[in-house]
Amino acid sequence: MIEVKGVHKSFGKVRAVRDVSFVAPDGKVTGLLGPNGAGKSTLLRILYTVLKPDAGCASIDGADVVTDALTARQRIGALPHGAGLYPHLTARENIAYYARLCGLHKSTVDDKVDDIVKLLEIDDFADRRTKGFSQGQRTKVALARALVHDPQNVILDEPSNGLDVMAMRSLRHLILKLKDAGRCILFSSHVMQEVAALCDDICIIAHGQVAIDGSVESIREQTGCDDLEDAFVAAIHRVESD
Amino acid sequence: MRTFLTVFFKELIDNLRDRRSLASALILGPIFGPVLFAFVISLSIERSLDNADEVMELPVVGQEYAPNLVRYLESRNIDIVAGPESAAAAGEAVKDGVFDVVLVISEDFGRQLADSVPAKVELYSDRANTQGRREARRARDALHAYSRELAALRLAARGVNPLVLRPIDVDQVDVSTPSGRSAILLGMMSYFFIFALLMGGMYLAIDTTAGERERGSLEPLLALPVTRDRLILGKIIATCLFMALSLMLSLISFFFALKFMPLQELGMTPNFGPKVVVAAFFLLAPFILLGASVMTLVASFTKSYKEAQTWLSVVLLAPTLPILIVSLLTLRPRLEFMFVPSLSQHLLLIDMVKNEPVNVLHVVISVTSTLLLGGLLTWLCARLYRREGLLG
Repeated sequence: MIEVKGVHKSFGKVRAVRDVSFVAPDGKVTGLLGPNGAGKSTLLRILYTVLKPDAGCASIDGADVVTDALTARQRIGALPHGAGLYPHLTARENIAYYARLCGLHKSTVDDKVDDIVKLLEIDDFADRRTKGFSQGQRTKVALARALVHDPQNVILDEPSNGLDVMAMRSLRHLILKLKDAGRCILFSSHVMQEVAALCDDICIIAHGQVAIDGSVESIREQTGCDDLEDAFVAAIHRVESD
Repeated sequence: MRTFLTVFFKELIDNLRDRRSLASALILGPIFGPVLFAFVISLSIERSLDNADEVMELPVVGQEYAPNLVRYLESRNIDIVAGPESAAAAGEAVKDGVFDVVLVISEDFGRQLADSVPAKVELYSDRANTQGRREARRARDALHAYSRELAALRLAARGVNPLVLRPIDVDQVDVSTPSGRSAILLGMMSYFFIFALLMGGMYLAIDTTAGERERGSLEPLLALPVTRDRLILGKIIATCLFMALSLMLSLISFFFALKFMPLQELGMTPNFGPKVVVAAFFLLAPFILLGASVMTLVASFTKSYKEAQTWLSVVLLAPTLPILIVSLLTLRPRLEFMFVPSLSQHLLLIDMVKNEPVNVLHVVISVTSTLLLGGLLTWLCARLYRREGLLG
């Protein structure tokens, strides 16, 4: 479970995140939706502990991301935006490197890597060096790498970027599989349809603030719009008029 | 410890598979450098040696006016050949590079000698041409010797002791030893080792910081449940290993390159045997940690691989600065100098090559001060790795 309470973050004069609070519960897919530059990535970076909030707090399964960062990180599998691989290592080696760094026992590393390779259907290119991989292949390996230690919470920053229809489909299946396994999944996107198709809860962010937060139905009710896209636009206008 | 080893071995494998950076680390710096050095030095030695035994060809205009002089020159291993037709043509021929040196004897030479007035000869040469300068010097020396001989004969004929013309006899005594003389020439070699050492780790230092950020692999790495200190330490120590390897290779290749340099002909025998190679390795080894941490630190501040490369080429040159200043001012090794990395290693190395007793206190100061500075900078790197700004 991911909890965010009154988080602020500024870079110089730019107030990237302003008083954001929400909860992403276990067994659900939570979508962080917002236009480009709304502060989604900054918020997620705070959650996977590479940035520190200026004010407010956030916790992963109760572990604070600032004061107990190591525990929090242990409970997260993170796929940052545009995550890169090591081009001279094979896909399998890339995944195994993360498995070892996550503290998996020597004897289990190979099995874990095999499992995740099968789960993400990357057997075909698992033993090739990642130099020259397509965007889709790279994303899959980066995702496998993030999930190899069986994290309870999965944070994905724009995972669908650069994926083709087939890759997008398998990513969707994977997210649903993780959800059924009781994991907490939080992912960001600026694509409306993608979020509507996958998420149980949606948190719409604009100008660093939460515009609206709730289940798909409650968002439709609150904005009075049947179409989710209209609801999205209405919510953003509400923030801008404040 | 496990995290550290995991990072260390990953960086090792990663770098070993990167052929381009491996080539520059282990071939360009350590092997190419000394070979090039040996080649240049040998060539310049060969060209600067005055070999009096070698027959030199000297084109002479107007040989018929001075048969005795021609015979004298031939006795000094100078082959007289036909020159251009006239004195005017001689200047042109040297200018155009047809001949390096041309001697012109005037028509009046015999008469002037007989009248005991200075007999004129002209020696054409091009001072901008090294080969020509050497030959001109040899011809001039021969002509001077002939002139002195004639003067002595004239004085003797008048009943004067020719020695009255030599009121002072200068005898130069050179106290330098063969090893000492070689230090002048090999003074720059310490920089070769430092250069090779830095080259060995440069690509790894860039790759683990700016490269990792540019590739986008830094952010997920920092989100892993490991402390950043261990990450950076693993990276720096992996860099150190490649630097040590590079240093070792460059010392060994220099050892072999020296065998091909005709240093004995200059009366130089550098003290650079296997024992000195090993000692030099341990003398320079403390510089490895310093170099690795400086390069990592500098690369951490840069935004991209390219920018890091640009800045690190400045770092490659930085160690020459103290060496250059001290060499230009020809300062003798002093205690204070031992606190300056690169300079202390340079001075101690020179002492070893000169086969002079090495001051133990100096070695201790050099090693500890360089190690301490390296440790401090490594700590700074670790601090820097905790900053948010690292992600760029």
